[in-house]
Amino acid sequence: MNLHSDDFELFHLPRQFAQDRTLLDTRWKELQREVHPDRFAAHGGAAQRMAMQWSVRINEAYQRLKDPLKRAAYLCELNGASVNAENNTAMPPAFLMQQMEWRETLEEASGLAELEGLVEQVNQARRATLKTLDLMIDEERDFVKAVAQVRALMFIERFYDEVNVRLDACLDGMDAASKGQ
Amino acid sequence: MALLQISEPGQTPDPHQRRIAVGIDLGTTHSLVASVRHGVAECLPDAGGRVILPSVVRYLPGTGRQIGYEALAAEATDPENTIASVKRFMGRGLADIAGREKMPYRFVDKPGMVCLQTVQGEKSPVEVSAEILATLRYRAEDTFNDDLFGAVITVPAYFDDAQRQATKDAAQLAGINVLRLINEPTAAAIAYGLDNASEGVYAVFDLGGGTFDISILRLTQGVFEVIATGGDSALGGDDYDRALADWILQQAGGKAATAADKARLKTAARAAKEALSTVDLIAVEVELTRGNIRVDVGKSDFDAVTSQLTARTLAAVRKALRDAKLTREEVKGVVMVGGSTRMPQVQKAVADFFGRAPLNDLNPDEVVALGAAIQANQLAGNDTAGDLLLLDVIPLSLGIETMGGLVERIVPRNQTIPTAMAQDFTTFKDGQTALALHVVQGERDLVADCRSLARFELRGIPPMVAGAARIRVTFTVDADGLLSVGAREQGSGVEAKIDVKPSYGLSDDQIATMLRDSFTTADADMKARALAEARVDADRMLLATQSALDADGELLTGDELVAIGSLMQSLRATVAASQDAKEIEEATTALANGTETFAAERMNHSIQKALAGRNVETI
Repeated sequence: MNLHSDDFELFHLPRQFAQDRTLLDTRWKELQREVHPDRFAAHGGAAQRMAMQWSVRINEAYQRLKDPLKRAAYLCELNGASVNAENNTAMPPAFLMQQMEWRETLEEASGLAELEGLVEQVNQARRATLKTLDLMIDEERDFVKAVAQVRALMFIERFYDEVNVRLDACLDGMDAASKGQ
Repeated sequence: MALLQISEPGQTPDPHQRRIAVGIDLGTTHSLVASVRHGVAECLPDAGGRVILPSVVRYLPGTGRQIGYEALAAEATDPENTIASVKRFMGRGLADIAGREKMPYRFVDKPGMVCLQTVQGEKSPVEVSAEILATLRYRAEDTFNDDLFGAVITVPAYFDDAQRQATKDAAQLAGINVLRLINEPTAAAIAYGLDNASEGVYAVFDLGGGTFDISILRLTQGVFEVIATGGDSALGGDDYDRALADWILQQAGGKAATAADKARLKTAARAAKEALSTVDLIAVEVELTRGNIRVDVGKSDFDAVTSQLTARTLAAVRKALRDAKLTREEVKGVVMVGGSTRMPQVQKAVADFFGRAPLNDLNPDEVVALGAAIQANQLAGNDTAGDLLLLDVIPLSLGIETMGGLVERIVPRNQTIPTAMAQDFTTFKDGQTALALHVVQGERDLVADCRSLARFELRGIPPMVAGAARIRVTFTVDADGLLSVGAREQGSGVEAKIDVKPSYGLSDDQIATMLRDSFTTADADMKARALAEARVDADRMLLATQSALDADGELLTGDELVAIGSLMQSLRATVAASQDAKEIEEATTALANGTETFAAERMNHSIQKALAGRNVETI
């Protein structure tokens, strides 16, 4: 094992989509406990730099492994199927239709209930896509098909973030209103 | 010292050599220094038995200065030369300082960081802070009758790169080796977490004199992880005083005509606030220019006129919880920090919101310094049994300016540090050979709304059509939360790199000059001390090298062994013959440089061994 080992090797986890978050967190902390620069605070420059490299590498792997979207994309890349998101934005018509519907709903949404309803809808689509990814990557091992799902998930998550920004703004507005009372 | 020291499990290399390490809370209104003694963290008192040092520095005509209570006493009579709350100016430009027209100081607009004109000339906030830090350093050195090995210094969670860098510069100017900068709320959690051995999600509610901070932390198996931070940098105990003062005046049916009236009202309001922590009703009498006023203030009156302020703290708490994607029920405990949390209505609001009584066992003024001391003790290697690991996050997003004044975020906020993240950019025009990079920090989409950290250029890109160049910009944030940025054109390998401390930070040369200036007074004394320190460092380096060779000498080739051996021999000879600290330091540095590769290799080996061991256990 070295700095160039892949994320799964580094964390000693099976190279698959399904992961146990508790185990992942435990492994992350175990690894940081060995390599964090604070462990070498009294040991001078060279040790500090080396520790910093390892610590950065482990944080990078952890960020990728804990996020299902990044993990799926990484597994596709490791298996030779490039996600290549910026050059390939073609999506199936049905998926695009749904995206447009969601966007309209978001634009017209005025209250907390509507926004929360939309969050729930997007969340359902997100969960369904994750389930499909689990099947394609871990069971069928069809990484070319999985790449299309990864791209769909990118759209869904970006939209999910937008809805949450609106929801936050709405909640902040309510906070401000309650302040005024 | 470049060599990694590895000792057998359960053995320390030299049990008698305890390093003096302290935690410093460099606060807006007051500062404290704490250290672990006999296994317990405690704040160190001054000669008069007081642990609090008011963060006030007064410059006297000539070269003298007063720091702390003495300076505080002179605030009214010599306001121009008596700098209070300098923390507000750290890493800030003139335009950043809210309400500066009401302050008595003579500000000097400087690129990056504002300066203050005093009777001793221009002083930067870094120099003023260094006076406070040096005072605390001497207090620690007097207490232990030994040199300080290093310090952990706390900063507010919302401090950006410029403010953190300025704090580190101030420490360096004060001759303090910074073991680590840590966030104030994190330090408070360390103080509580270790004392109570608690696990789970905690909120740290820090209401000081002028600022409010909320942090959500997760504690597991001795690991402290900050998962979200938030707050309000213009909300604190002073606002409660002001609200109460306004109400008192309104009750008396008057208006405060003069500045002196306002000051007296505020002092009376503050006294009433403090009294109402223990009694339900207090009579307030204030002498105003147009006559005395007398108003009875009930606890419920005080609660009512400040309820909006308390509500603002809770709004920030809700926002931080949303950022952390947690509900209030998931919070296992709330740590109270800052003198303003002594107000009963604040205690009650927090208790009602979280449905549990907040943690109050430690003095809210001291808790940050105590936590920093615990961390310092461990970083100095005094507590080999200690298992504390702090995994901090970056409080504000870091990014690059792109076309149209927009920010491309590279490191999102709340990312665990240390971290390195990269983003590819390209050229805008055909044949473009240089790229101007503007590094900013903040959450807004427009560059104009974020804080500018640095500008630098990548030059020498081979001419290509627009969009063909691949320029990878890498942001590296170290464990102190300090940023360095590198850019590299992938095709040609052209590189540019900076540590982000240009306009506002002091250059290393400036710091060296200031250090020299401050030491010229006690020249002979300094020389003797420097020589002694250089000899100790040299001996330590020789010892470390020898034990490294004994343990892992087989990693080296014959030639490498000979090279290191001759560097050691030359250092020994220099120590024996020389009376010049600089000569000894140079020989020590030569050995450190000569063993750097060896040190890195040993580090790599030990980590791989440790990680491999873990794997076997896991299987």
